Amino acid sequence: MHAVRRGAAAIVGAAESDLGHVADGMSPIDLMAQGTIRALADCGLTLADVDGLFCATTQGRTSAMSLAEYLHKPDAYVDSTIVGGSSFEIHVAHAAAALALGLCSVAVIAYGSTQRSVGRKQASVREVNPYETPFRPFLPASAYALAASRHMHQFGTTRRQLAEVAVAARQWALLNPAAWEKKPLSIEDVLGARMISYPLSVRDCCLVTDGGGAIVMTTTERARDLKQKPVPVLGFGQAITHASITSMPDLTETGARASGDAAYRMAGLGPAEIDVAALYDAFTINTILFLEDLGFCPKGEGGRFVEDGAIAPGGRLAVNTNGGGLSYCHPGMYGLFLLIEAVRQLRGTCGARQVGGANTAMVHGNGGVFSAQASVVLGSMATL
Amino acid sequence: MSGSDPARSPLAIYEDWLRQGKLAYQFSPAAGRAVFYPRLVCPYSGSTELEWRISAGLGTVHATTVVHPTQGAPYNVALIDCDEGFRLMSRVEEIAPEAVRIGQRVAFRVHVPGGEDAPYPVFVPQGEG
Repeated sequence: MHAVRRGAAAIVGAAESDLGHVADGMSPIDLMAQGTIRALADCGLTLADVDGLFCATTQGRTSAMSLAEYLHKPDAYVDSTIVGGSSFEIHVAHAAAALALGLCSVAVIAYGSTQRSVGRKQASVREVNPYETPFRPFLPASAYALAASRHMHQFGTTRRQLAEVAVAARQWALLNPAAWEKKPLSIEDVLGARMISYPLSVRDCCLVTDGGGAIVMTTTERARDLKQKPVPVLGFGQAITHASITSMPDLTETGARASGDAAYRMAGLGPAEIDVAALYDAFTINTILFLEDLGFCPKGEGGRFVEDGAIAPGGRLAVNTNGGGLSYCHPGMYGLFLLIEAVRQLRGTCGARQVGGANTAMVHGNGGVFSAQASVVLGSMATL
Repeated sequence: MSGSDPARSPLAIYEDWLRQGKLAYQFSPAAGRAVFYPRLVCPYSGSTELEWRISAGLGTVHATTVVHPTQGAPYNVALIDCDEGFRLMSRVEEIAPEAVRIGQRVAFRVHVPGGEDAPYPVFVPQGEG
């Protein structure tokens, strides 16, 4: 057990940078800085208040250094932990700890990617693994496809159930003006789409977009005086179970079980008390595994759980209300966008896609190939 | 002599065995279990005493996918559980990629790509190798 208290830190500002296909020549650090200034404006703080920088990008090995230079923050406390898409959920935990220890007083967590503009191969250089690379898995999709094949074999999960996840995400995206995808999607569209790595078609796979953004964190005490309703960090947890898919201990159960348990325990909440779920949907199988591993349904039941629009607008659980990585945006690493959407839901500012009376959110990040799992439970001030 | 003789890499030893047509893996006496991919340190015990063993080359398909490249023919990628208790990525050859089934019994053979590339292990349905 650690000494970071439930609700001691809060997210006070949140904003996206430009999304989709950004202007020519834009850099990942440009987008981090743009997101930072927008997130600061969102909460009424200024760049002068910032003394903590947390960031990661696949397009630079030393992004904290680059961002400190760009924003001229020589004295900032920095952390550029990078474990894939869940890095930003881990940054929330690290920022909460740094705030508790007084290592910084206003922390910015920032992300930027120009993956669509520069191309996927440029944006994310694949490491050579002599035990996997010769077999030419199309990574990361093939790793998730292998996990899906196992779930289908063990639990009878179907491609149609996977497609339900993509269709639900699209229905949410149609309620989000910032979403990349603007047209309806049917189960037949998903099933008939170009196959990438069986059983995953291109519509089972996340988008390839540009984008970035930032969130601002401070102590909940200080947060009370700022412009927006604070969103306290109630709990967090992480588990890094493997790096390559060959070493995943069980292809049907992720580290979300452990990271979620830790986050729930710290928050004093369980899945039945979660109003909004933001689950890292790089592929449709992710949502199904995370619904199971985070306790929203029993192991093996995820496919049946999502049937008949159960996670679409008006369904039994609000999941990925911005449209997710499948239909809203997915610039290489998606974890920060989960946090931004959860904050907006808990503030009650989501407009057409607002979940009525949302007071708690489970934000679950995924990095690598089901490798680095990180969960954050957020709440409204009413939950303190 | 350890001060002047650098350790041979686990990968180099593994590939040397493959050049002899053998699928090698490590066994950790301290942990009482197989270790794969080959390493300097047993992840279960921290022991650096890892024994090299030769697999009988028989295993079971644990998971399978068919990759559909934008150009070229679809191909299989599978995870194989070898009978000695370790898992590796490979492919099943000699049958259509979509005909590879979870639970199918398979047998190892070495694939030699030629040129500078190292040999690697592939599998065929058992009884057809």
